[in-house]
Amino acid sequence: MTSLPDPPPGAKKLGLVIDLDTCVGCHACAVNCKEWNTSGHLAPLPDFNPYAAGAEGVWFNRVHAYEAGEGEAGRTVHFPRSCLHCEQPACVTVCPTGASYKRAEDGIVLVNPETCIGCGLCAWACPYGARELDEDAGVMKKCTLCIDRIYNETLPEAERQPACVLTCPARARHFGDLGDPESAVSRLVRERGGYDLMPEMGYRPVNKYLPPRRRAAAGAPPQEAAPRAEEIANPLLRWVDRVLSR
Amino acid sequence: MRPAPSIVVFTTLSGAGYGLLFWLGLLRPLGLVPGDAPFAVAALLLALALVTAGLLSSLAHLGRPERAWRALSQWRSSWLSREGVAAVATYVPAGLLLLALLLERRAMATLFGLLAAAGAAATVYCTGMIYASLRPVREWRHPLVVPGYLTFAAFSGAALLAMLGAFRGGGAAPAALAILAGAGGFVLKRAYWAAIDSAPPASTPETATGLGVLGAVRALDPPHTETNYLLREMGFRIARRHAARLRLVALAAGFAAPVALLALALFAGGAVAAALATLAAALGLLGLLVERWLMFAEATHTVTLYYPPAAAR
Repeated sequence: MTSLPDPPPGAKKLGLVIDLDTCVGCHACAVNCKEWNTSGHLAPLPDFNPYAAGAEGVWFNRVHAYEAGEGEAGRTVHFPRSCLHCEQPACVTVCPTGASYKRAEDGIVLVNPETCIGCGLCAWACPYGARELDEDAGVMKKCTLCIDRIYNETLPEAERQPACVLTCPARARHFGDLGDPESAVSRLVRERGGYDLMPEMGYRPVNKYLPPRRRAAAGAPPQEAAPRAEEIANPLLRWVDRVLSR
Repeated sequence: MRPAPSIVVFTTLSGAGYGLLFWLGLLRPLGLVPGDAPFAVAALLLALALVTAGLLSSLAHLGRPERAWRALSQWRSSWLSREGVAAVATYVPAGLLLLALLLERRAMATLFGLLAAAGAAATVYCTGMIYASLRPVREWRHPLVVPGYLTFAAFSGAALLAMLGAFRGGGAAPAALAILAGAGGFVLKRAYWAAIDSAPPASTPETATGLGVLGAVRALDPPHTETNYLLREMGFRIARRHAARLRLVALAAGFAAPVALLALALFAGGAVAAALATLAAALGLLGLLVERWLMFAEATHTVTLYYPPAAAR
């Protein structure tokens, strides 16, 4: 059913917190996502024409890079983009078949590949470009929040995290329950001023982004040491200094 | 947005078919179109042929067309599902209307004609709402989009009925209605284009990334060197010069010329009227195809904000 669930207050809202201050833009999250998910819950993630010009494929995670601001205040920011598991996901409500759904128990947005008709309307309805059509299977694919890792009891507990989070060498990605105000991710969002992408769309993303930290203010430029004439020991140089200072 | 031929053809043809069904159901009881059964049967069959061709064309857009029946299940939340339900449901009174016409049951024909007209209007309304409910596409989420779909369906349907009527010497009422709807469509489309051209975008690269606090945001490196589904589907851009010309074509061929031809047909009568009305209906459909193509080609999706402006084309 593509009507949204009505979660009780305090219900789990699993999601990611992405730190734009520490992300180095290495694309490891995107690569490990592809690696895990091509044999995961919504497998495969096909590639088209992979060994020639025009290679492209289905990815759940895409890492952009931006310049923001001008001159000295300008920053280069690496920006991973994936499904935000919104609280008001129109991608779910527009689905005519019920293949798209939002789980009541943890808020994860998923697609049932057995009932998806590949109409593409959900991809149109997503402002963030989180959904990509698998043109081999004719069905829509999207981030599953690694649902086959986070609840997977055959994995060591420390590895029950999304592949993108586990692999991030800069620890710029954090996974947790954003519905619990005392969770580590919720505290991180409070402390660092985490924000929503395109809040004006009204989709209420669960995933939050942490802004780049303010740059430490630069002090006054160092003054060049200017020795006084009497400090110059060499008489010849003292004379040269006097002549040039005239 | 990519103007997929299957959807452009679907919305244009089915719109015209539903418009024809609507006017047939409404005008026949009022005695404003030729009252004989063969005329009504011909009009009904043309309407159903257009609608069915359109619906079949829409299946070509699906990744898994064999599962299309599943789209009838989520009418509680999805306008696409509602459109499917309305489209299928409209076949019932339309089929019964055909039966009533063949059996020459006057009251039954009136009843099912009116029900079919209601179903046709509901289906086109749902079509419009599919687009008008999508927030990421600001050109579609506009108050004139649904009135547009309804007006253009009414116009093309009335033009087709005027054409059929003209061959029987009774196309004056639908021709007059097509002139009104065509003039309305002309004004509406111009107002719509003026509105979307001047409206500031709701979202920007600054709000899309949240980096506006640092200043203006420019895409530096794209995430992928080749294109992808998002850019092909949502990044379609039409050259501004072509858009301006195509708008002129849509206005002239789609609305102005058919209105003028139908006005001439009103005065001409006879075989000349039939020829003029046929030309008007054909031009109207052609213009509406251009209009519908532009409806997609000029629509912008917020996902393109994440990419450099040149990547989207």
